[in-house]
Amino acid sequence: MSNDKKKMMLLGDQAIALGAINAGLSGVYAYPGTPSTEITEFIQTYPLAKERGIHSRWCTNEKTAMEAALGMSYAGKRALVCMKHVGMNVAADPFVNSAITGVNGGIVVLVADDPSMHSSQNEQDTRFYGKFALVPIFEPSSQQEAYDMMSYAFDYSEKMATPVLMRVVTRMAHSRAVVEVGEKKEQNSVAMPKNAADWVLLPVIARRRYAQVVAQQAEYVATSETTEFNSLAINKKGAKGIVACGIAYNYVMENVAECDAVNILKVSQYPVPADLLKQLVENSSEVLIAEDGQPFVEEQVRGIMPNEKLVIRGRLTGELPRTGELTPDNVRAAMGLAPHATFDKSEAVVARPPALCQGCGHRDVYATLKRVIAEYPQGKVFSDIGCYTLGALPPFKAIDSCVDMGASITMAKGASDAGLFPAVAVIGDSTFTHSGMTGLLDAVNAKAPITVIISDNLTTAMTGGQDSAGTNRLQAICQGLGVEPEHIRCVVPIPKNHDEIVSIIREEIEYKGVSVIIPCRECIQTLNRRLKKQKVEKK
Amino acid sequence: MKTDIILSGVGGQGILSIATVIGDAALNEGLHLKQAEVHGMSQRGGDVQSNLRISSEPIHSDLIPLGSANVIISLEPMEALRYMPYLAPDGWVITSSKPFVNIPNYPEQEALDAALAKVKNLVLFDVAQIAADNGMPRSENMVLLGGAVDAVGLSMDKILDSVRRIFSSKGEAVVEQNIKAVMLGYEATK
Repeated sequence: MSNDKKKMMLLGDQAIALGAINAGLSGVYAYPGTPSTEITEFIQTYPLAKERGIHSRWCTNEKTAMEAALGMSYAGKRALVCMKHVGMNVAADPFVNSAITGVNGGIVVLVADDPSMHSSQNEQDTRFYGKFALVPIFEPSSQQEAYDMMSYAFDYSEKMATPVLMRVVTRMAHSRAVVEVGEKKEQNSVAMPKNAADWVLLPVIARRRYAQVVAQQAEYVATSETTEFNSLAINKKGAKGIVACGIAYNYVMENVAECDAVNILKVSQYPVPADLLKQLVENSSEVLIAEDGQPFVEEQVRGIMPNEKLVIRGRLTGELPRTGELTPDNVRAAMGLAPHATFDKSEAVVARPPALCQGCGHRDVYATLKRVIAEYPQGKVFSDIGCYTLGALPPFKAIDSCVDMGASITMAKGASDAGLFPAVAVIGDSTFTHSGMTGLLDAVNAKAPITVIISDNLTTAMTGGQDSAGTNRLQAICQGLGVEPEHIRCVVPIPKNHDEIVSIIREEIEYKGVSVIIPCRECIQTLNRRLKKQKVEKK
Repeated sequence: MKTDIILSGVGGQGILSIATVIGDAALNEGLHLKQAEVHGMSQRGGDVQSNLRISSEPIHSDLIPLGSANVIISLEPMEALRYMPYLAPDGWVITSSKPFVNIPNYPEQEALDAALAKVKNLVLFDVAQIAADNGMPRSENMVLLGGAVDAVGLSMDKILDSVRRIFSSKGEAVVEQNIKAVMLGYEATK
């Protein structure tokens, strides 16, 4: 063990990563997703992680990540699983069941939520998953706390033999601050679980384990009452009270100096500390619940039956907005303070939406697909999650759906089952291996007359160019799933090939079975970075 | 000492390297710092901003409240105006004058000029031209930083120390060029 303390400027994501490394991590398992990606990237390049041989290769999706982490835990070592909030929907099966098997080596499941949907399809609040799976939840309020919590969370996971959930939001994940880092714990050795039978979730075992997990809840609550991460400050009896969860605490503290005395319960570890909450309520005239995401704590505190004695304010009563992220300004208003004086919005400002890069191969895919679809007024293009979702915006306006990872293929199949023709799917290479392959097998088995375009840029581009699981093997994968070789068409999406690509798309739409077209060209961003690196190395 | 800074521009322009230099200088002064960034989808040619807060006292919120930014530093004029509601009543806007037009409905130059003319404390200068004239087209952001040094509230010496530290791995020529860029921006706005 080494104890050299030093200060580092770290993103919240990096503080989490370094906290995990220094807590004796043996593997991080993740699929890229904003705002969680930088955690795994940090571990992939950090010298101590390399020295210790910490596993950090990207996984195919969040489910495989969660399961691999559970395997590492079974073998006695500490594992971190990282994903964005919607990734938890994919990982939910192993996540919920891992609470029933319990853990051997500690597991921290880190989920980065994205309230306000800066880069997402919804703003689901991962804390509900933690409650639902009956596991303790951590929600750091600062980068320092995120770092410090990681070691505690792994210890707690092993002590209670349960996976634990850590939830952050975009503004924690992607904000930098100075973090004091220090103590480095050794990694665990391989050691088999003491209660081997717990890991075989036959009904008879699962029922016993579930009862144990439920019985353990009281101890989690007791820990929440005394943990260093939760604290109650009663500043004046009868004053207004605030429950400040995670980073909401910062927004409250930003404004608190301008308020009359308030009582504050800071919550960064769940289940909700019931006694602390009771003390807050008893000492306060009313209670504001400030939490980023959905009204998770507010609903628990409020209940359903009316209670005249309890005045609860928050997202459900309109003091805070029901949707969107918290800000220092909307928390300020909820605390009853007048807004700051501001300049008016400038009328010269117009929206500047993101767009596909100049020179991006997806542009060639949409330019050609648009030409063919124009010939079929009934045709629909089901698309997916990635840079190519930007094809929905002008000038292309080329896609009709974007729902979840892999849904392009399965929705095209379903629409085709209903009689829609032509039904086209557009999916990226990384999204295809994440969740598109199983849907393609469904389509093959049903001989569905759909045309699948796997727009292959050899990387996971939207999140910054991480490895893609099926690179150089997409054709073989499609063939292995049963797509007929003559209906797997590989093309190079560059302007001089447009006419050729147009006729190939037309031919395959006319084929009344599953066809796959793979336009393949390296992402312009990763290409430029690679060329720049080569130039530097040459020098 | 407390300075709240909004850095803005278009994805890919390089606002974060300005933040890196200011952040490094602030840390070496022993100041507290928080810097919220934008990653992900909007980086593809959309509007991007970063909230950089430096202070001698501990900082709570990662985000700058409305009406509180002491300075907006922008690599693009319309992007500077986007954050006007965040500017403090006595705050400064320091921006490149050259529009980055990648949308069909970008405002006409007259409308843009009229909107900029309403800004009370404005430093508007052609960062791109200065960089091009001096054969350093890739140091536009450092020219802009030079124009913002006074408003940021850190000394020029400390800023230049940080430029040196941050670019040192890229060789002495790159260090010197970036120092020159900062000085050019500083002189141009005197």
